[in-house]
Amino acid sequence: MRNLINFITRHYFFFLFALLQVVAITLIVQNNTYHRSFFINSSNFIAGNIYRMQSGITQYFSLKSFNEQLVEENTRLRSQIPGSYLTTDQNIFTFRDTLHQKQFRYINARVINNSVRNRNNHMTINKGRLHGIRPDMGVIGSNGVIGIVKDVSGNFSSVISLLHSDMQISAKIQKNNHLGTILWEGFDHRKVTMLYIPPHVELEKGDTIITSGFSQIFPEGITIGVIDEFEVRRGDNFYTIDVQLFADFNKLEYVQVVQNIFRDEIDGLEALNGARN
Amino acid sequence: MDFKILKHTGRFLIIIGIQILILNQIHFSGFITPYLYPLFILLLPFNTKGYNLLLTAFFTGLVIDMFSDSLGMHASATLFMAFLRPAIINLITVKTEFEQDVEPRFEIMGAGWVFIYTLILIFIHHLSLFTLEIFRFAGYGETLLRALLSTAFSVGLILLAHILMGTQKKSKA
Repeated sequence: MRNLINFITRHYFFFLFALLQVVAITLIVQNNTYHRSFFINSSNFIAGNIYRMQSGITQYFSLKSFNEQLVEENTRLRSQIPGSYLTTDQNIFTFRDTLHQKQFRYINARVINNSVRNRNNHMTINKGRLHGIRPDMGVIGSNGVIGIVKDVSGNFSSVISLLHSDMQISAKIQKNNHLGTILWEGFDHRKVTMLYIPPHVELEKGDTIITSGFSQIFPEGITIGVIDEFEVRRGDNFYTIDVQLFADFNKLEYVQVVQNIFRDEIDGLEALNGARN
Repeated sequence: MDFKILKHTGRFLIIIGIQILILNQIHFSGFITPYLYPLFILLLPFNTKGYNLLLTAFFTGLVIDMFSDSLGMHASATLFMAFLRPAIINLITVKTEFEQDVEPRFEIMGAGWVFIYTLILIFIHHLSLFTLEIFRFAGYGETLLRALLSTAFSVGLILLAHILMGTQKKSKA
């Protein structure tokens, strides 16, 4: 026993290193399991407030381009309100209604920290549990899908960006409703990849990709991007499609968090299916 | 002694502040990130106790992790770098040519030595960091390229910091 203690004290440098390394690896692995609330992330009090101060200063530099973006968005939204359609057929409400009830609620938030250079990117937004945000809610920007909320604290939330290896979004091609999956293969923050579209589907460069609405996280029809290139890779029996994103992840500032009011109901129903199988 | 603690705390806050508030927001051609914060570990005096070195490195990495949502990755990479630091110092230094209670700086060790020392340790740090980050994915050539490019930027930045610290000392004296 004494020999063992001697051995450890003599080589304590290595043992301490090994011990701390095990702690670090444990933290990495734990943090990778999807929705784990953890104290040490950027939605906690200290990091959140420092980032808020920082973005409070830097946001002035981009005011002009955001004003332009807001004007554009206003124009687009105005063209979508029922009054601007010729026919006032009830069908046009189904976008956000089931039985004319409101299904999706939107919460405005500002991005106070963001990254695009890592393989797994996160961002922090300045709304949290007190504003009604919960883990698993979708986050969209003025022109497309941004990410999914991961952790929430009182006033801040950390969001898994679309540019993250764990992120897969159910999407479809707008013109023919063929269903696929969007994921990010890394490196270029303006491009994502769409998989699982069978090769008999006719595609064209410039086709719009939108969310499918099947996941209960995003409403149907939120834009993602346009097809840039597509090919059937050797050995695959589906297309690999390069999608040019609408949203510029490098200069996000204002986003909306999507709350699906019927989500628990739908998930409960689908869980029944799973239990029966 | 108290003055030393104060000096190191101040240096820690400045370096971490620059890293989080400025460098973390920089995107060189999409995927190159300069890291200044390992400088804090590199600058610890030669006779820093082993446990002190490791715990400081772990804690520094953890603080960076807290601000970049990459829990454990920077901690692990910085720890690894700190673990190899004594061995690297032994490897590239001719023994008994310096006092123990000094920091590895230009004035004491010479520019060439500091460059080699920084280059090796920063490359170790970046390579382990990017390896951890990509973890489950193939394409190791790209990770290596990324580590090499980022190493070039970080080493440049750290040498610049060395030069700035040198001029500051001279102007005071």
